[in-house]
Amino acid sequence: MTGPQHLLSVADLGKDGIAEVLRVAEAFAEVERRSVPKVPTLRGKVVATLFFEESTRTRLSFETAAKRLSADVLSLAVANSSVKKGESLRDTVETVEAMGIDALIIRHASAGAPHQVARWATRARVINAGDGGHEHPTQALLDCFTVRQVLAERKGAAPEELGIECFEGLRVLIVGDIRHSRVARSEVLAYSSLGAQVTLAAPGSLLPPSLEGWPVTVAEDFDAALADTDVVSLLRLQSERGSGSFVPSLREYTAGWGLTARRVALLSDDAIVTHPGPMMRGVEIASDVADLPRSVVVQQVTNGVAVRMAILFLLLGGEWPGHE
Amino acid sequence: MAERERSHTRPLGGVFVAHSQVLAASDVQRALTRMSHEVVERNGGVEDVVLVGLQTGGIPLATRMAETLNQIEGIALQIGSLDVAFYRDDIGLRPVLPEAVTNIPHDLTGKVVVLVDDVLFTGRTIRAALNALNDFGRARSIQLAVMIDRGHRELPIRPDYVGKNLPTRREEMVDVGDDGVWIGTLENR
Repeated sequence: MTGPQHLLSVADLGKDGIAEVLRVAEAFAEVERRSVPKVPTLRGKVVATLFFEESTRTRLSFETAAKRLSADVLSLAVANSSVKKGESLRDTVETVEAMGIDALIIRHASAGAPHQVARWATRARVINAGDGGHEHPTQALLDCFTVRQVLAERKGAAPEELGIECFEGLRVLIVGDIRHSRVARSEVLAYSSLGAQVTLAAPGSLLPPSLEGWPVTVAEDFDAALADTDVVSLLRLQSERGSGSFVPSLREYTAGWGLTARRVALLSDDAIVTHPGPMMRGVEIASDVADLPRSVVVQQVTNGVAVRMAILFLLLGGEWPGHE
Repeated sequence: MAERERSHTRPLGGVFVAHSQVLAASDVQRALTRMSHEVVERNGGVEDVVLVGLQTGGIPLATRMAETLNQIEGIALQIGSLDVAFYRDDIGLRPVLPEAVTNIPHDLTGKVVVLVDDVLFTGRTIRAALNALNDFGRARSIQLAVMIDRGHRELPIRPDYVGKNLPTRREEMVDVGDDGVWIGTLENR
């Protein structure tokens, strides 16, 4: 098999790899629309989810994806595991791998944990499901997938016909807690390698200490940036990573950087609003804004399954032609 | 020798080098016309018939067969397309990727499905297609139409409608295109 063995960062894929994920995910989206949305593709493979940090949608999404591919799924509930007795990450991974597991899907509070696990793993493929403030590659991929789907729908075309050319010059505005957001890092990599222009909007305290080498610009005026964008990607204030101390108060944050009803009116008619969830209604997004048709949050969750099926299939069964 | 080249992408990769022509474009059309008549005869019309082309070689043939059936019976059949990548038995052994999104326009329960492909070889693609079709309902019957049957079956599968039986060597390759049917080899360049 050629191409990356693991999915640790969006950078592992490159432009061609992302294009391939989107293409294959489209074929799995068709599977999901069937009355029996299950294919025998990964029969006999075992996929384990190791979530050292909370999650609702990512874990359910990966497990649904694996089951729809007929893989067997084991999920390690960290709270009830030997991790609580003090077993190290390395020993936990070795134990799980010794059972003949084919893919490890890992979420961890420490940036780089999946990379470390990938070095230890001898046969299992490792998929990063979010590592600290570093990356969350599948989220960024499903965001791109969803944006393309919306663009295709408007043109009355099939998404696969649009290829990745539809991202060329697309204006993407990422708003909020960029400093602590792994989604933001993966999105910047994904959107920019597809040719989109990425702009960040956040209070200075929630921007990363350095943006050197990031292919982005920073918006000087948030309201003006909103009027001038095709996609708004909202991020949650990551209070579990201490974001609370980076803003004076939630109310002040909402007043300055929330997508309120007033600000939605500034958007162009075609602008799409994405959010990786969980949404904090009334903080980064006003509740009625979250329910507007232009907000594609529910579609993102649906698409997450197809995109993760594509990732599992490419790592465990297919190959990445972009990397030959 | 390289009278015609056609690049093949996955899963095989390489360039098809044609050695000799087996059927001219007009022969292919005649064979399709005969096969279409056989479909009508065998099923007493095409009322319940659904044509499903296999990605990618079967799609143009299914489209042309639908046109011919329309001329014969005056009924415009809808065409489905099926990609069997997710049902193959060699996943993990060699590169297997979907070529296109499957599109089966309706529930197949009670229908007569005519699967259309360009070349029948080992029969493994058809085996995968039969599994896949199962997920779209319980067809009353499934029939198989192929332009070329080149032998070397590895499974107990036989076609119902054949354009031409063509004895081949295993390492040879058969290519069905708009300009007829050619036999040749796949070469890495």
